[in-house]
Amino acid sequence: MLLCRRVAYIFISCLFFLSASCGEGGSQQPVASTTTIVNVGSDTMVNLALAWAEAYHELHPEISVSVTGGGSGTGMAALINGSTDIANASRQMKDEELREAEHAGITPVEHVVALDAIAVVISPRNPIGELTIPQISDMYTGRIENWRDVGGEDRPIILASRESNSGTYMYFLENVVRRGDPENDDLFSPESLLLPSSEVIGLEVAHNPNAIGYDGLGYVTPAQKTVRVAVSKDGPFVAPSIDTVNDGTYPIARPLYIYTKGEPQGAIKDYLDWITSEDGQRIVAELGFVPLPGS
Amino acid sequence: MRIPALRQGTHWRAFFIEQLIRLTGVSAIAFVLLILLFLIKEGAPALVEVPLSNLMGQRWYPTFGIYGLLPLILGSLLVTVGAIAVSMPLGVATAVFIGEIAPEWVRDILKPSIEIIAGIPSVVIGFIGIQLVSPLVRQLSGAPTGLTALTGVLLLAYMALPTIISIAEDALDAVPQSYRNAAYALSATKWQTIWRVVLPAARPGIVTAVMLGVGRAIGETMTVMMVTGNAARMPLGLDAFLRPVRTMTATIAAEMGEVARGSTHYQVLFLVGLVLFVLTFVINLAAAVAIFRRERGGGGRFLA
Repeated sequence: MLLCRRVAYIFISCLFFLSASCGEGGSQQPVASTTTIVNVGSDTMVNLALAWAEAYHELHPEISVSVTGGGSGTGMAALINGSTDIANASRQMKDEELREAEHAGITPVEHVVALDAIAVVISPRNPIGELTIPQISDMYTGRIENWRDVGGEDRPIILASRESNSGTYMYFLENVVRRGDPENDDLFSPESLLLPSSEVIGLEVAHNPNAIGYDGLGYVTPAQKTVRVAVSKDGPFVAPSIDTVNDGTYPIARPLYIYTKGEPQGAIKDYLDWITSEDGQRIVAELGFVPLPGS
Repeated sequence: MRIPALRQGTHWRAFFIEQLIRLTGVSAIAFVLLILLFLIKEGAPALVEVPLSNLMGQRWYPTFGIYGLLPLILGSLLVTVGAIAVSMPLGVATAVFIGEIAPEWVRDILKPSIEIIAGIPSVVIGFIGIQLVSPLVRQLSGAPTGLTALTGVLLLAYMALPTIISIAEDALDAVPQSYRNAAYALSATKWQTIWRVVLPAARPGIVTAVMLGVGRAIGETMTVMMVTGNAARMPLGLDAFLRPVRTMTATIAAEMGEVARGSTHYQVLFLVGLVLFVLTFVINLAAAVAIFRRERGGGGRFLA
């Protein structure tokens, strides 16, 4: 009898808490009023997005842009489920994401807002100065495991990478590890360190002479050394910079995107127009990214 | 239940308060059950959608449909076992020192200091780990990188220590002084008394302390995410502690943000959460059984 009563108490309190939670399932934020623009997505772009938001707010105090990171994938997911107005992405939408958007009745429109170079970084104590893309690919798939196989010291190679939800990770995988070949299905070596942020990559590369890492040009600090990259052994070995991205000589460069739901209107259109104008692009250059050509 | 026959007003108030307390006590169990049900609801479909051979695989590439859970489970177990191996002897020894050996004034300084250690946020400890501990581990051990299971073990041991010390110390405190006096009367030395009388008598409480330490270690997310390197490799072989690992908690934290609700990846992540839940539950159950079995064997109050 005592056991029955105890079980009954537990059951009733379960019901109580279950019913209390049946308020709103899946609450969705109402989309942009004319005074707040919600902006979610790429961590690569988050500092840039914040700088844009602050500068724009000074020009138009009635409009405030709220910026959060989380990764390009997070931004796409938020755009599709309606919790953001615009999504920042350091990669294009994948087919599955486009399908999910259609499913949700949304037509995402892509806008190129800046360019970015991916720098390959090593420790300043590492004597290597240049690498080819095939060499970097072999290092990151685990086919080459020692620095002496690429002309360096006798040290094991430690691979630093971003997490798999990062647009930077995807771009590096497709364009460097898989050498831009869509048929190639190489994966990162299971030994590669999937570090949670650019800062941690920076720290590991700066401290550890065995390490090699990659990240957006805007995140390279003076404590890291950038490697000159070439497409092949004969090709010119080019260091990443605004000039070499704009004239196309640096091989690992990509566009940065903002996605909107359908063609942008009203406050969002004004914001995007400002971003691609000279004012917005000046901020791009200040933060270490590459402004769109012709601005 | 018997309601004492007092003045009318007091009688109903007492009843009401009693029921409220009963509800809050029972709701603890209710919450745990509901969490379990939620995990099952969101994670069990993964068992249907993903073949078992995939889930039992040794490679974790979720963005490509490869969901081998073994590296994650072993990673969590490795850092947890290591952390407890370090913090259990250290914690119990400290508790013995504080409770049995240290003079009053030392106790008054040590106890609050240990509480302060417990108050440092895990992100801060993770940051100290990357900046200080990781380069040290690399230089002293000759490992290729300092972002290893060992670094995780050291930091987790540090974080589990205050929990273990506080609760073990309370358990030692609860042992009646008459036990110690009886031992002294039989001409036992102080150490003999501690080792053969006080510690065995406090065993249930100490086991509880260690279990709570284990819970802390296995559930820690931020610190391990920052210092263990998050490489989903199988941590087998003698050098497993000097190589990076990926824990279940770090995996959930790193990947949950970008998965689409209801996708296979989402369900597998919930399955990982379920495995974590079940693992913790089994460990606690084993500890509880161990305590109760000893109780039946005779001797020692239930001191947990």
